[in-house]
Amino acid sequence: MSASRRAWNNAVKIIIWVCVVLTVALLIGLIGYILIRGVPYITVELLTTQRSAINGTIGILPNIIFTVYLILTTLVVALPIGIGGAIYLTEYAKNRRVVSVIEFATESLAGIPSIIYGLVGMMVFVQGMSMGSGILAGSLTLAIMILPNILRTTQEALKTVPQSYREGAVGLGATKWHTIWTIVLPCTLDGVVGGAILSVGKIVGESAALLYTAGTGYKLVTNYIQALGTSSGSLSVMLYVYYRSMAR
Amino acid sequence: MKVRDTIEKFMNGLFFVCGMVSIAMVVLITAYMVVSGLPAIIEIGPIEFLFGTEWASTAADPKYGILPFILASVYGTFGACLIGVPVGLMTAIFLSKIAGKKTAGVVRTAVELLSGIPSVVYGLVGAIILVPLIMNLFELKNGTCLLAAILVLAVMILPSIISVSETALSAVPPEYEEGSLALGATEMETYFKVSLPAARSGVAAGIVLGIGRAVGEAMAVMMVAGNVANMPSLFSSVTFLTTAIAKEMSYSSGLQRQALYSIGLILFLFIMIINTVMGRLLKKGDGDKK
Amino acid sequence: MKRISALVLALMMVLSLAACGSSTDSTADTTESSTESSTEETDTTEEEADAVEEEADTAEEADAAEEEADVVEEETDTTETNVDLSGTVSTNGSTSMEKVMSILIEAFEEQYPDVTVTYDATGSGAGITAATEGSADIGLASRNLKDEETGLTAYVVAIDGIAVIINPSNGVEDLTLEQIAGLFNGTITNWSEVGGEDMEVAVIGREAGSGTRDGFESVVGVEDECVYDQELTSTGSVITAVAQNQYAIGYASLSEAAEDDSVKVISVDGVEATEETVKDGSYAIQRNFNMVVSDSATLSDAAQAFLDFCLSPEVADYIAQAGAIQP
Repeated sequence: MSASRRAWNNAVKIIIWVCVVLTVALLIGLIGYILIRGVPYITVELLTTQRSAINGTIGILPNIIFTVYLILTTLVVALPIGIGGAIYLTEYAKNRRVVSVIEFATESLAGIPSIIYGLVGMMVFVQGMSMGSGILAGSLTLAIMILPNILRTTQEALKTVPQSYREGAVGLGATKWHTIWTIVLPCTLDGVVGGAILSVGKIVGESAALLYTAGTGYKLVTNYIQALGTSSGSLSVMLYVYYRSMAR
Repeated sequence: MKVRDTIEKFMNGLFFVCGMVSIAMVVLITAYMVVSGLPAIIEIGPIEFLFGTEWASTAADPKYGILPFILASVYGTFGACLIGVPVGLMTAIFLSKIAGKKTAGVVRTAVELLSGIPSVVYGLVGAIILVPLIMNLFELKNGTCLLAAILVLAVMILPSIISVSETALSAVPPEYEEGSLALGATEMETYFKVSLPAARSGVAAGIVLGIGRAVGEAMAVMMVAGNVANMPSLFSSVTFLTTAIAKEMSYSSGLQRQALYSIGLILFLFIMIINTVMGRLLKKGDGDKK
Repeated sequence: MKRISALVLALMMVLSLAACGSSTDSTADTTESSTESSTEETDTTEEEADAVEEEADTAEEADAAEEEADVVEEETDTTETNVDLSGTVSTNGSTSMEKVMSILIEAFEEQYPDVTVTYDATGSGAGITAATEGSADIGLASRNLKDEETGLTAYVVAIDGIAVIINPSNGVEDLTLEQIAGLFNGTITNWSEVGGEDMEVAVIGREAGSGTRDGFESVVGVEDECVYDQELTSTGSVITAVAQNQYAIGYASLSEAAEDDSVKVISVDGVEATEETVKDGSYAIQRNFNMVVSDSATLSDAAQAFLDFCLSPEVADYIAQAGAIQP
């Protein structure tokens, strides 16, 4: 092997290592910075009170509750639809064209930026259906947004269920639905849970889509039904709002 | 038996409806974007809207030219790819070919964690650390600029590029690489000249996914880019398509608001083009494997 | 497992950062908040908690009240709370009035626990439209009514000075209105032209549509002419940006700029920007915070009570706390 080729080989190897170290260092730097800056300020008071303009204090209890509401409502809406869609795609659909259209639509949904979801959510749910900004409008918007996640992870999980399971069940005289309900779905539980967790991550981190749909409210509303229609800022949204107003 | 048939039919229908929801949503979003975005474009005039270089939405004599936004988005995305793609590709090659199981596990976790960090967090850290750094480093009078946005976006698209390309690279049949190595090529020559071309459509899909991310990011960019409607240059404060919407939405009214919807429509068109390209690429990738 | 840890991490980060923001915010505010008003507020909170607990009409109200009662521990005497009045008051308009409104609403709702006041920050123009059309009880405008906006009555709730701010390292202390106009519209590009060091000028302002920008540009006479280096979406971010940049000049609500040591408020035409100079009108760059009510519509009792409350002298402290001045 010539020296120049060897040198090239080693040079590339070094570059690769540099890139990897850079990636990992970025992560560690980011996390370290945030934890060092933030953790000292996490106090019981912060976690258990709401913001008071008169005292000038900030409490994020309402925002924690709103975030939990958002997660639950979104999942309740999106999970059944996403799982149902995945079942249709893998178990029922026979027309390949329909499948490819649905898959294209799902991919498109996954690619649409959150600010567009925010815009459409505002036009359709907040103004069009006059829900007002609140948990309901926010959750419906997010439900559309995470639908592709759930659909895709469920689909992957469904594909891993061995065909022989289904054939066995059908051979014993079970109907298709019965087979899916008792044999196939239980096997995909892990995948579905994984997809749901991924979606929760997305919901917690979302800000642009929620700013104009769920609003930026910080008043404690413990009644779930009332919260559906009340402007409610999730943690990420409030992070943005407080960043804007923090002096210094 | 009849009951079972009915249930069967009902479930079939139900699942079909669930499957159709995605399509319905895409149609709904498209319809809303077009219906709300078109009037302002027509009123302003498509040429003036798309190629006007001045945006002054609240001036006494308002101007609605979004060319600065389009160019800023394009340059910003391109710049982010210029930095993010090489680093991401190298990391992907490392993960799929070079790293041992344990190291790969650690790096992969790091990448997954990076993708889980909310975009506001990237924006915040960018605004607090990166912007002053750029200002002092280049002796600028103002640190919020296209460069800051590019750097933040480059980091944000890393995870998408890495994970998609890694999957594609791992799917390259080992015989290819073994053959190349047996013929006397070095490891790196094999990875770059055999594995990478074999996985090209998957890698391309990863890059396109990254482009989509970069074009669509709003919050992080808003916090570091300065948000002035300048024609973009590396060290001037710029507005992206996304930030133009997010910045003025809360105050806007009348034609200004409609023009913001129109910006949304343009952004939406960009994204749909990117999506279509990616769908093609992924399908081609599947074809290659077969 | 990995996903869960990623999730936990994301949560931690958001929490930490929110905590970050809150800490700075509260320190900034404690310096300003007058002790008088804060004791007053504890009185009313406690009282409200009692009143609601006795009534305990709805479960969630009681919950909220209990929580408040827990937080506020001091024993207090009686203050008046009015539970006769109930209903919802909707206000809509200027985003610049966010701070004033949130304090006024909080104080009002303590006195009238059964009244809910909503506030939508949409912008002055939208607020005036909302009052005209009756889609809101009270419109909020951080500018005065224009001549063509008839059939409306504007009540001045507060006066807000707009401070011109620079980095503390900048030696400039005073500028004339013309100089400020020149700096902002790009005819003056170097600080040496106005008696400062030989360095460039970075102009930082607010986004189009902002009431502060509108107010500043119209007083200084640079409407639509400003050449900005940054357009930011809140007073806080302007202050932060100016604090980080030694070349910068910007503008911000006087209240928030004055209490912040990280930026320097300069005097205009030799007049220092203080509460007094804003009040007597000698400090030029100022604007009114108006509550706009339609002449044709009759206000509900609750809305009238809220309007009266906001105009009453007893809220002067609250308005001062929000950084504005009661006229």
